Amino acid sequence: MNYHILNKDGLDGFIKELSKQMKVYAPVSRGHGNFAFEEVSSGAQVALKYIPTILPPKKYLMPQRETMLEFDIKGERPEDTALLEAEEIALFGVHTCDLAGIQCLNMVFSERPRDYNYLLRKEKVFIIGLECNAYCDEHASCALVGNQLPNGGYDLFFTELGERFIIHVNTQKGEDLLEGMGLPKALPADISELARAREGKKSVFKNEIGVEPGKLPEIFEKAMNSKVWEELGKRCISCGNCTNVCPTCYCFDMADTVNLDLKTGVRTRTWDSCQFETFAAVSGGENFRPERAARQRHRFYRKFKFSPDKFYRFFCTGCGRCTRTCMAKINLKETLRALAAESK
Amino acid sequence: MTEEIKNSNWKLRKGRIIDSKQMTAAEKWFDIQLEDSALDYEPGQFVQVELFGVGEAPISICSSPTKRGSFELTVRAAGRLTKAMHALDKGAWLGIRGPFGKPFPVRLMTGNDLLFVAGGLGIAPLRSLINYVMANRREFGKVDILLGCKTPADMLFGDEIATWQKRMDINFSCTVDRSAPDWHGNVGLITSLIPGVSINPQKTFAVVVGPPVMYKFVIAELLKKGIPERQIILSLERHMKCGMGKCGHCQIDHPKNYYCCKDGPTFTYEEVKDAKKL
Repeated sequence: MNYHILNKDGLDGFIKELSKQMKVYAPVSRGHGNFAFEEVSSGAQVALKYIPTILPPKKYLMPQRETMLEFDIKGERPEDTALLEAEEIALFGVHTCDLAGIQCLNMVFSERPRDYNYLLRKEKVFIIGLECNAYCDEHASCALVGNQLPNGGYDLFFTELGERFIIHVNTQKGEDLLEGMGLPKALPADISELARAREGKKSVFKNEIGVEPGKLPEIFEKAMNSKVWEELGKRCISCGNCTNVCPTCYCFDMADTVNLDLKTGVRTRTWDSCQFETFAAVSGGENFRPERAARQRHRFYRKFKFSPDKFYRFFCTGCGRCTRTCMAKINLKETLRALAAESK
Repeated sequence: MTEEIKNSNWKLRKGRIIDSKQMTAAEKWFDIQLEDSALDYEPGQFVQVELFGVGEAPISICSSPTKRGSFELTVRAAGRLTKAMHALDKGAWLGIRGPFGKPFPVRLMTGNDLLFVAGGLGIAPLRSLINYVMANRREFGKVDILLGCKTPADMLFGDEIATWQKRMDINFSCTVDRSAPDWHGNVGLITSLIPGVSINPQKTFAVVVGPPVMYKFVIAELLKKGIPERQIILSLERHMKCGMGKCGHCQIDHPKNYYCCKDGPTFTYEEVKDAKKL
């Protein structure tokens, strides 16, 4: 366990130094209480107090649109080349919920058959986490899923202690960066102070829905025919916002685009949403999930039933984005409470 | 910054159509040879077919792996890719990924009687298994094949079916929903053929492939016969866009949220009986 100290007035220098080595993306204010990960080159641009960004940092690991193949059909035999378009970048200020989201995606794409576009891009992303010492807003449910504290998934992790940051070093790459900048090591007193801050968080972050997380898979086991889904289905407008902003939603579509020469083109991957009407339709005319209620149910099962069965963790990170963005005011915490109440 | 990914699972193998035949108004048959090596597959699996510039679609393999060198697909012109594919004939190049999916449990089925129930285009994936069983005929007990089509003109693999009808080592029955002037066989739903089959339920595997609407009624008949749920095998239809258990399109509404492309497309009825739709 290795810790370094950075005074807050040194943050600007830290970002400037880092941005000399690679592009740095961090949360910046976009007004109206919104934040987004954007490229920064100074500490002043970074929002240290922010509610989860409009889009999670998954956009850097799994771009909204990415080229998977280039093809050429000029000759008789078609040619194709699999491509990775990626550069070395750093993400600064990633909250623990979003770190958990990236860890979920890592599991999905490293499962065989592996997705090398994702895995090779991930190697190029340097991740610096940032601790939340208090709730971002009332929509978060990070304590329910155990994401109010860091569980790995970063190179460096910043925690604010008064006028300083204490930085946990999780990788040699992180250590080399801090050593290169000449940041001092933390003293035992600093580490004790971090422990006290973590202890203090226990009285701040509490299970937000009053339902044991271990009971959720059981509740979902019996909830396929719940009335709750009908209620959500009546309100949902199938816009797909909830899945787009979700840090663990990774469903995608593939499509070919032909260049103007009609001889070359690309095969691209684009984010898709299980909330769209045709998501589960087949060409023969059958649609296996035509009802909005069934599509909402599917989204919740992906977060609270399928994922603990398969990956031993919820694919809800507690970030609250789906609730914040929903135009029909579909609320994740209320939905879970309603399901729990119904199962009693 | 762009680099090449040499081992990408998205890169396509290249194959050529070595033979093709229009089978019905809607369905065309293709024999495909890969340029690198033969496709290593088992009955019940599928491939992704790419026409560069058009896109990709999942297609069941309809030949048996006991046929060496090339593999066959029967394609209904239903979507963008399949309609474009119908314009292709001998010599045309395709991109192929796969094989994908969990095959039929052929090893578990040895030493048992087999009852095949095919509706419409369901005969395509089932033909892979039927021809495999024919090639390994002595490993299995009694073999019954029940086939249902909308009309006699919709029947696929007509020449081959004529030879099945003549074979002494299988029982073949066929029915059509709507008759035609030259049709002398059964008329009615495929479920009407099941009561007539003599079944030793504990030693029978029933394999059912057809449109979603068919499953409920056929399975009810098979359960009436006493066939155990885990010996009723289905092959389910979904849009398997990536084939690798990731893109999400083929997931089944079931508490276990199976990916049809990876956990299936073949399932035992026991596995999927709680699905909202088969």
